[in-house]
Amino acid sequence: MKRLNELSPGDGGRVRSAEGEMKKRLYDLGFTPGAFVQCALASPGRGMRAYAIRGTVIALRERDARQIMMEEKEHG
Amino acid sequence: MAETRLIALAGNPNVGKSTVFNALTGMRQHTGNWPGKTVAAARGVCRIDGEELKLLDVPGAYSLRARSAEEEAAMEAVCFRQAQAVIVVCDACCLERNLHLVYQVMEITSRVVVCVNLMDEAEKRGTRVDIQELSRRLGVPAVGTCARAGKGLEELLRAARRVMEEPPRPRRAKYPKPIEDAAGRLAAQLADPLHGCVPARYAALRLMENDPCFRREIVRRAVLGASAEAAILAARRESGMTAEEIAAQLTAGIYRAAEKTCAFAVRSPAGMDEKRLRADRLLTGWAGVPVMLLLLALIFFITLKGANWPSAWLAAGFAELEGLLAGGLEAVGAPPFLRALLTEGVFRTLAQVVAVMLPPMAIFFPLFTLLEDSGYLPRVAFTLDRMFEKCHACGKQALTMCMGFGCNAVGVTGCRIIDSPRERLIAMLTNSLVPCNGRFPTLFAMMALFFSGGGLGGTAASVGMLVGLAALSVGMTLLCSWLLSKTLLRGVPSSFTLELPPYRMPQIGRVAVRSVLDRTLFVLGRAAAVAAPAGLVIYLLAHVEAGGQTLLSHLTGFLDPLGRLMGLDGVILAGFLLGFPANEIVLPLILMAYTAGSSLQETANLSALGAILRAHGWTALTALNLTLFSLFHFPCSTTVLTLRRETGSGKWTLAGCLLPTALGFLLCVLTHGLFGS
Repeated sequence: MKRLNELSPGDGGRVRSAEGEMKKRLYDLGFTPGAFVQCALASPGRGMRAYAIRGTVIALRERDARQIMMEEKEHG
Repeated sequence: MAETRLIALAGNPNVGKSTVFNALTGMRQHTGNWPGKTVAAARGVCRIDGEELKLLDVPGAYSLRARSAEEEAAMEAVCFRQAQAVIVVCDACCLERNLHLVYQVMEITSRVVVCVNLMDEAEKRGTRVDIQELSRRLGVPAVGTCARAGKGLEELLRAARRVMEEPPRPRRAKYPKPIEDAAGRLAAQLADPLHGCVPARYAALRLMENDPCFRREIVRRAVLGASAEAAILAARRESGMTAEEIAAQLTAGIYRAAEKTCAFAVRSPAGMDEKRLRADRLLTGWAGVPVMLLLLALIFFITLKGANWPSAWLAAGFAELEGLLAGGLEAVGAPPFLRALLTEGVFRTLAQVVAVMLPPMAIFFPLFTLLEDSGYLPRVAFTLDRMFEKCHACGKQALTMCMGFGCNAVGVTGCRIIDSPRERLIAMLTNSLVPCNGRFPTLFAMMALFFSGGGLGGTAASVGMLVGLAALSVGMTLLCSWLLSKTLLRGVPSSFTLELPPYRMPQIGRVAVRSVLDRTLFVLGRAAAVAAPAGLVIYLLAHVEAGGQTLLSHLTGFLDPLGRLMGLDGVILAGFLLGFPANEIVLPLILMAYTAGSSLQETANLSALGAILRAHGWTALTALNLTLFSLFHFPCSTTVLTLRRETGSGKWTLAGCLLPTALGFLLCVLTHGLFGS
């Protein structure tokens, strides 16, 4: 299954579900099932990545972005 | 008229809530373009159409289902503070996410006004918000505002007054039928035990999803009892879902409503804002760190160049004034000792602080404020996060560290934005490892006097070394954070999210003028309160004798062996100790201790200062060690008090003093051992 941290800058997709201790926080920020997310920025190496979601940009650490499962179908 | 009515001002982080608050109350709460500046609820008063209203600025929150200290405070304020109305401030540029909070507030009270702020910015980005349609869809009044320009604020307050007189009928978010049904029945059973302290339907939903923070607040105010507890479990069973599934459904339901409302009320361009992204790719990609260093260099350069002129002017003015003061005192017949005490002790220390220390402080601080206002700080945190993660610390520590460059006490208070107690302690204990505004002038003076020549080349060299020192501070912050998380504060890094707000053009004129004035007044006030008495003390110490020696030489003699070990001397250490109330008086005190009793006329300019220091045996190594010890030593009294307040523990406060002092001591002994003759 594809995870949010696998998106490269420019890629987008729809959230399927979130897991882990951060789940509720991520839902509050708008990463709800069905929401459209786009990877906007990546810092060098395995640093934070920023995601465009519901008109805002939210940065997550790689290990937190791994907790978000994405729908298989790709969106440009 | 009855007592003044209270309005709560809620909203997501970084939507200009404090700006709205300031514009309404005429107060000057700290504002800046990064999430989490407002850490404590502020109160103010405003007037509209002859009525006085109390205003409560609630810390920014994404949700009322508390996941952080700010959200807990926000939930408590909106649910239980009995505000007669709630204004929810929203960012017009990302209304959908903001409506998530609006829908939550509407479940608690119907007296809600939606303030759609930053309308001007949204328009620039091509986003159109149809305020009337929004208001119709939500069922509560909505008002478009541009708080920075003061637009729409009166209308906002009038709307708030109207909803207090006549509560509107909000159109709440709908949840799946099993949840609605179970919640309805539970609400009826809870009505009695809750005795109206919070709406029953809202309480039913929160208890069904098992929000621990809400439950904590409820049991402080009401006795649920065994039958209510049984009813909660029954309601959950009836819905056929676990608490976690209910929680997910509630969030999803609210977002569905928000999406739908926005589909009708907001027209925005599709896709990401490419222009904004281009700038961000540059500032946060591979070039992130170099750009950061360049920006810092630019700020140092402007500060150094800009401070020269007012410094020279002030020094000349003070020399003139000192003559006048001495003449005046003589004319009124003051005894010689008192004359000398007032001019050479009190006045000169004051003059030193104002002439040498104030100008760089009054220039550096506003520049820093502009950077803060532009939205650059979250990008710094974004770029540096990987390093903080490796040190098992929170990425938001980069934000509090940046605040430390302005003032360590503010930086320590700012650590409240870090949710994990372990990571918050790390951030607080290491905050004073970055030099604050009060220490920069000392660093500037050392670089200019001992390490770089005059002219543009000299300034450039100074700037380069200062950037190096700032980098060293950041490096030490990381090192100490790593050490702490391996020893006293062991643990794994917790999750965190960081919103990157759009860049905003800072209001250069207003911010700069305001903060130059504020900073100048602040330093002047502190000079009078702290530098003048300290000057008095050191003058007395230098002139009162005991056992054939002045008290000062007893003190410096006692400290001298320790000072020599660190490549400094007893006077310098005495200066640091007596300068505990404020960092900007350390160097003036050292100077005062050297010159007390001599008949030197002018000490308030930089080259005279260099001559005095060299005459007392200073070498480049002394200056280097003083610089290092200035970077790493016990925090000033204000910061220590703040540490005590924020940690609530004498032990951690002591650790916050010992850690930087030990580091500075070790570094000084090391350089002295390596390079000292």
